Amino acid sequence: MSDTAEHPALAHHFDSLAQQREATTLGMWVFLVTEVLFFGGLFATYAIYRSWYPEAFAAASHELDVTLGTINTVVLITSSLTMALAVHAAQLGQRKLLMTFLIITMILGAAFLGIKSVEYYHKFAEHHVPGPGFVFEKEHIRHAQLFFSLYFVMTGLHALHMIIGIGIMLVMLYWAWNGTITKEYASPIEISGLYWHFVDIVWIFLFPLLYLIGRHAH
Amino acid sequence: MPPRHYLNNGYGVKSWLLTRDHKRIALLYLASVTFFFFLGGAMAVLIRLELATPAGDFVTDETYNKLFTMHGVMMVFFFLIPAIPAVLGNFLVPLMIGAKDLAFPKLNLASWYIYVIGASFTTYSLVTGGLDTGWTFYTPFSTVASNSNVISAALGIFITGFSSILTGLNFIVTTHRMRAPGMTWFRMPLFMWSMYATSLIMVLGTPVIAITIILVASERLFHFGFFDPTLGGDPVLFQHLFWFYSHPAVYIMILPAMGVISELVAAFCRKQVFGYKFVAFASIGIAVLGFLVWGHHMFVAGISVYAALIFSILSFLVAVPSAVKVFNWTATMYKGSVSWQTPMLYAIGFIGLFTIGGLTGLFLAAVGLDVHVTDTYFIVAHFHYIMVGGTIMGYLGGLHYWWPKISGRLYNEYLAKIAAAIIFFGFNLTFFPQFILGYLGMPRRYHAYPPEFQVLNVLSSAGASILGVGYLLPMIYLTYSLRYGKIAGSNPWNAVGLEWNTTSPPPTENFAETPVVTWEAYDYSAPRA
Repeated sequence: MSDTAEHPALAHHFDSLAQQREATTLGMWVFLVTEVLFFGGLFATYAIYRSWYPEAFAAASHELDVTLGTINTVVLITSSLTMALAVHAAQLGQRKLLMTFLIITMILGAAFLGIKSVEYYHKFAEHHVPGPGFVFEKEHIRHAQLFFSLYFVMTGLHALHMIIGIGIMLVMLYWAWNGTITKEYASPIEISGLYWHFVDIVWIFLFPLLYLIGRHAH
Repeated sequence: MPPRHYLNNGYGVKSWLLTRDHKRIALLYLASVTFFFFLGGAMAVLIRLELATPAGDFVTDETYNKLFTMHGVMMVFFFLIPAIPAVLGNFLVPLMIGAKDLAFPKLNLASWYIYVIGASFTTYSLVTGGLDTGWTFYTPFSTVASNSNVISAALGIFITGFSSILTGLNFIVTTHRMRAPGMTWFRMPLFMWSMYATSLIMVLGTPVIAITIILVASERLFHFGFFDPTLGGDPVLFQHLFWFYSHPAVYIMILPAMGVISELVAAFCRKQVFGYKFVAFASIGIAVLGFLVWGHHMFVAGISVYAALIFSILSFLVAVPSAVKVFNWTATMYKGSVSWQTPMLYAIGFIGLFTIGGLTGLFLAAVGLDVHVTDTYFIVAHFHYIMVGGTIMGYLGGLHYWWPKISGRLYNEYLAKIAAAIIFFGFNLTFFPQFILGYLGMPRRYHAYPPEFQVLNVLSSAGASILGVGYLLPMIYLTYSLRYGKIAGSNPWNAVGLEWNTTSPPPTENFAETPVVTWEAYDYSAPRA
């Protein structure tokens, strides 16, 4: 305990780096719990409307681009792998490797956002953005609109979390570069990793719920 | 006064606005919530003035709608929810467990700034035309029909929600990781348990109101029809999402007050709180059950009869842990050596008023009776007994009890007792007639009413003016005591608890050296110097 008492990263109100690390890690987990509840409200809304209007949801889901969605899923899972490798490198104190993996993670995150904006553009061009200009086959028009409302809010908030995540990675990259992150003090990378994985997991739920409705029947 | 304490550790605006000391942040919150309390109170004065006569002759119906909306919004989101946690909790949580500060001091300061930014947005909507949706923001009125400033008001509440989340997160981590050696969970003061339970609700409930506000805003701005039936949505879903947070939010308001009362009863009866573990677990029980009862706000909203029955039974169940607390406080007083100082007067007041508020809550848990009184003054009276009679009594009791610790000085005990009596009397005169009005069928949220309701309404308005005087008094004598009050000394009540084991006001780092706890909570059998 006492060997870290003079560490520059130790805040004055903690007794040791170990206590500080436990506190920040718990803090991030509690924050992720709030995130679960935040997205939970959306998933509940989705569950209710999908159970009420399964056909409209299936019809609307078929308008989404499964290929781009699948590519994005692969991109994101890969970024989780590189994030996990970054955490590992940080814990071993391998600074260059850590920076490399952080950069790859950011590139993959940016690629995800790029592909997502291509998809958004397609939806915009096809008049699938809810509102007075919304176009869809007559039978399901109201409830397909509901699906697309959910689609934009859910993927939009997910994308916002990705943008924040890339911002966090930039700070981490700077801290890795200027030597703040050390073998003894890797917890900023660890808790940023927790956040990154959480955002990925949200997508793992969003992808089948939005893109794959009723696909097995075709 | 000790030569060195948190109040004289740096002067000037910067030493306050950039402070990371939980005690100074508590005082920043004290100033801000007091401001919003009196702002919300001013609107209550206008409401009661209008209701003094049956005719709608003082303000127009539109203005009246805006008055009760902003009264509710200000009081709920900017006073009641932050009041005890962010002021007393911020000040006391580290002191009570022997820590130097909260786990995340910067986050703590950030949460105050977030509160201020959120409050500014909502205040902006107040001064630029107001808000008329009621504090409940029910759709589709709030998304389609209302011409008032829904977006900026809702945005303010959304932002302030994060301040609540961060405070809760900070308290949870602090309770888990920052306790002094020997401060086990069951040696913590019961105030800590209620803060912990409150934090759980803040962390689990607030994100749901955040996402609900996003959905409301996207419907109002972009025609994303989540709640609008013409666009495929369902307004009842909004009510579910809203009350999933807003019912537990009632426990965010009352649980901290209950924690304060446990401290007061122990200190002024000089006894260990009867059934410590039951009171501790009752806090957690209320937090958990509180998430399962939101449907009782919706018995007339068209939910199924089976859902209504289940919500009804669960709502009745919340009475159990609540009653455990009331019985245990009473049992603590039994054969205790009770002294009638100001904080104890508030505690007694709380127990009585909370009992009335809680028992009338059972009326509302009963489906049939609830249908009769839904949207009447009975509801208004019930929740004011909980929020004003409960939360504000607890808040004022706690503020008086810890004032010597916060300021280092004593207030005028004589004036304080008179103020407590005035508040108790004024409160009951304001709100008891409203139970009768509601039961007789006077609906809430109307600016005019039939003449036969006038006598009770005049009583209520008269009570409100007395209550207003009662609330101004502590403002005056507490402020006066800051300069002219007698020096308190570190333990003016001769109470136990780590916060009394340090100087008043405490030094910035709270304790000269980290305390080691070897005694149980409320150990009045062996008094220490």
